[in-house]
Amino acid sequence: MNKTWNNKAWFMVLPVLLLVAFNAVIPLMTVVNYSVQETFGNNLFFFEGVKWFREVLHSDRFHDSLLRQFFFTGTILAIEIPLGVIIALAMPRQGFWVPVCLVLMALPLLVPWNVVGAMWNIFALPDIGLMGYSINALGIDFNFTRQPASAWFTVIIMDVWHWTSLVVLLAYAGLRSIPDAYYQAARIDSASRWAVFRYIQLPKMKRVLTIAVLLRFMDSFMIYTEPFVLTGGGPGNTTTILSIDLVKAALGEFNLGIAAAMSIIYFLMTLLVCWVFYSAMMRGEDE
Amino acid sequence: MARIEFDRIRHAYMADPKTEADYALKELSMTWEDGGAYALLGPSGCGKTTLLNIISGLLHPSGGSIRFDGKDVTTLSTEARNIAQVFQFPVIYDTMTVRENLAFPLKNRGVARDEISRRVDETLRIIDLEEKADRRARRLTADEKQKISLGRGLVRSDVNAILFDEPLTVIDPHMKWQLRSKLKELHQRFAFTMIYVTHDQTEALTFADKVVVMYEGEVVQTGTPDELFRKPKHTFVGYFIGSPGMNVLPCKVSGKTASIGGNKVRLPVGAPKDAKSLEVGIRPEFITLTGGRTGIPVSINRVEDIGRFRIVHADLAGKEIAATLPEGSEIPAEPRAVFDPANVNLYADSWLVEAKG
Repeated sequence: MNKTWNNKAWFMVLPVLLLVAFNAVIPLMTVVNYSVQETFGNNLFFFEGVKWFREVLHSDRFHDSLLRQFFFTGTILAIEIPLGVIIALAMPRQGFWVPVCLVLMALPLLVPWNVVGAMWNIFALPDIGLMGYSINALGIDFNFTRQPASAWFTVIIMDVWHWTSLVVLLAYAGLRSIPDAYYQAARIDSASRWAVFRYIQLPKMKRVLTIAVLLRFMDSFMIYTEPFVLTGGGPGNTTTILSIDLVKAALGEFNLGIAAAMSIIYFLMTLLVCWVFYSAMMRGEDE
Repeated sequence: MARIEFDRIRHAYMADPKTEADYALKELSMTWEDGGAYALLGPSGCGKTTLLNIISGLLHPSGGSIRFDGKDVTTLSTEARNIAQVFQFPVIYDTMTVRENLAFPLKNRGVARDEISRRVDETLRIIDLEEKADRRARRLTADEKQKISLGRGLVRSDVNAILFDEPLTVIDPHMKWQLRSKLKELHQRFAFTMIYVTHDQTEALTFADKVVVMYEGEVVQTGTPDELFRKPKHTFVGYFIGSPGMNVLPCKVSGKTASIGGNKVRLPVGAPKDAKSLEVGIRPEFITLTGGRTGIPVSINRVEDIGRFRIVHADLAGKEIAATLPEGSEIPAEPRAVFDPANVNLYADSWLVEAKG
């Protein structure tokens, strides 16, 4: 076959190129640019090399918010993944209740982030919020605007409320794809309920659960709006996770260099964890 | 192994069956002999799998009772019935090795450890998977996976029966033959009761001592392959078994003579009085085409050459019939069809009319 060479065809790629440039490459490069420069206003910049990176990596503030970030992500994963699987297992496999359950499960996912934050803020208020008031009525002193423990509890339960559904829906899809013959074979082999879960359901859900963990990891690592609206990182700095700290540095204190260096470290971390996790899971798949 | 008896078993998937047609499996009483190799043959949706699931207890029948060696097991669960079943698509436990797969049913039943390893080793030898014993089961081919499914049944020495639900569906053609002979060999060696569901007649006929033909939720005939060939009890069996199927020609009957479009054919029996429709059934193998003066004149439509013989499709009094023509013989110029009188069957309302006494 004869191929026609026409370099004008490159113009066809231009729209995509522009789109990617404007929504990814240029913003990212701006951040890279900021991360190696210092400014004193008036749009005057001086090259500083890796100074900001060194500073960020050695700052206690960054270490603390990173630690809080891992605590948050770890906790919500430890709750949402098993809880999601349990709910998916309990959901009916057929009949009238299937669509009802699915719609109920999908509801929290449809609520915008800032609304979720505002909702839980009011819900958890000790004087007028139903949850806050009820907990105090049980004799437990609960005030998320003053007590770090209460604030953490509220942030985590909010995220669990908002995102467990995603895990449920993914796990449910995985469960539904298991042919009946597997369950029948398990009965013929006298497998216990636990054995059915361990040797049939869990292996068959592995792929979707990998995706669920990845999505929840990335989302929780980048989460900003909900905790910002709920606690604003407080009381003090006790719920200041990476993203909130980053915005504080960039827009609150106008430390562009520090904030940009933080962004890049933050970005690379997310990328690294996802890559390591994904390739580990996929290698297990091939063995 | 056990003798399995069905006593007026029937099953409907709907809650409140009213008419006969509501039953996926119509009332059935029969005995599956201990150590027999049965093939359950029929088109898709005829109730084969329903019947199989009733035996294994995955399904509880709407009515009737089922006994293993005289003991009523109708209400017993699958676990308690001690049945092995091989499914259409290979079911294996992905995360386990071949050995662990085979040990699984024993472990679940709390068999002692050294007993498990002894029996697993023995089973591995039987199904020829010794070399792959410690490989992950997921990585094996479809036929090897099916062998593991079978092995999980064989490893329990006390199973009452082994059921097969179209086990060769996903197997490559050349492996099908091997697996089939393996099954046959195992059956001869261990004489387990075996019920094999299929819609492939070659599979059923080569494999089983007794073939059970099902049609629309009903067992229409149980017999040896030869009986099914010579004396199909229902026109469906005639069509379904044989390639091509039996010729079924509407006729009128007076005494022991049938009249097909004015042509007379001698019958072994007379027609029952209350029959609504009467048909003559004759297999293509029992029709000879001659150029002589006897027989019914036919006009030839087309000839298929399938190697060992040719199949002639001809027009007989407005109905198409098929006849086999041995290799090397000529098609006569003015062909007439002669029916072998010993193999002409009469069907009243689709059921074979049998000679009395």
